[in-house]
Formats: sequence, C-alpha cells, structure tokens
Amino acid sequence: MRIPILKLHNYLLISIQIDLDDQTAIQFQEDLLSKIHESGATGVVIDLTSVDIIDSFIAKVLGDVVTMSDLMGAKVVLTGIQPAVAMTLIDLGIHLQDVPTALDLEQGLIKLRQELEE
Amino acid sequence: MDFQSCVNIKKEWDIVGARQLGRDIAKKIGFGTVDQARIATAISELARNIYLYAGDGKVCFEAIEDMNKRGLSIIAIDDGPGIEELSQVMEDGFSTSGGLGAGLPGVKRLMDEFDIVSEQGQGTEIKVVKWLR
Repeated sequence: MRIPILKLHNYLLISIQIDLDDQTAIQFQEDLLSKIHESGATGVVIDLTSVDIIDSFIAKVLGDVVTMSDLMGAKVVLTGIQPAVAMTLIDLGIHLQDVPTALDLEQGLIKLRQELEE
Repeated sequence: MDFQSCVNIKKEWDIVGARQLGRDIAKKIGFGTVDQARIATAISELARNIYLYAGDGKVCFEAIEDMNKRGLSIIAIDDGPGIEELSQVMEDGFSTSGGLGAGLPGVKRLMDEFDIVSEQGQGTEIKVVKWLR
C-alpha cells in the first residue's frame, strides 16, 4: 500500500488514513524523501488526524523522516495527533521533542510559513 | 464472559491484525478511546517483539472478571530464543534492533499488570492485563 503525497505550491501534503503497518511506513519514508528531492518542496505537512495508533516503531519512522527531510532542507510539521495517541506516546516514553507539531492542517501550514520565512 | 481468541504472528501484517482484533475486543468490553489506544499499542509492541525476535508465536485475548472488576487479559507467547537479560529489556532505551527501546517498559506503563517469563532456548511468555475503570 502506498500513501499518496500531494504537492501544493512549495509544500507537500500527506494525510495518513490507514492503519500503518511497518512496511507501509518504511515505504512512505522513502517515497516522501524522493518526492522532496524531485519537487524541491521546502515544507511538508503530515496530517495524522485519522491515525488512532502510533506505536514505538511508527513513532521512530515518523521522527526519523522529520530529521531526514530536515537534512535535505525541507521542514516537516506533524498535525492532528489525537488525544488518545498523545497520551499513549507519553506512556510509551516517546516525547518526539524535536518534532514540530500543530493542532490541525491549517495551523500546520501557518507554522510552516512562519518557519520558512524566518 | 469468558472466551479466548488468538492471532498467530508470522508475517509483519499480523501485527496490524492482532492490534485490530485486540482493539475490537477492548471496545466490546467497554474500554474508552484512550484505553483502547493504550491496549492496541501494547499489543502492537508485543506482536512486533514476536515477529522480530522469535519469528513465530501468537497473541491471545481473554475477557476476564475478578470480584467486581472486568478487564482484558493479553498473552503473547513464542518459542523463540528467549530473552538473555530480562532486567536489560525492561530498561528504557535498551534495544538490540535499532529501535527506540520503548517496547517492553512502555507496555508495562500502558497496562495495569505485567508478567514476563522467559527461558533461553525455550521462548517467552508475556501476560498483561488492563482493568476497566
């Protein structure tokens, strides 16, 4: 299964709407990095509104893809993390401290614009 | 309410199958959204450990009752290589697979009860319980 990546001006938008298995998560990581490379996008929003579980593996893949994109010169914001998911992540001991987040897609785009203008 | 259902863990996709079934059962027992997420996440970690380290095993679910409490018991069993240093795997940040090392200590925090029995060369059995509040 492939997660669609949409391009909007200089941004890439991704909405994850499936229960992520490990393989799909890894594939997504690769796809996103190639898409950044191809498109020259400077900002990425990954929307997690429909994701109702993030375990330690998925958290690692998401955290890594933020760092990897950053290395390539694109800023990533994670948006829409559900309350139950946030509580579970903290129980797991995963704080994703260096990962930019926003409440929803709209706030995420605002955050990207601010970060990229600085 | 006493029934038991199991999911065999052989392929990577079985991790998703196990947590989906576990979440459905948790929902039927009456757990709220947050506890459903905790339970599904714990199952995901247990099933992934089986897949990564033992290659083959199963995760079983059982609705349980004790006094006036109701809950969900989950048992993850494999006959893999076993865990060499139990105290090490219960430390936050310890991993032999390049992961976050959040797995087992995380599962312990997500659930109310946690028991682990592991013998080298014999396999590992982890039993966790979440009580309905």
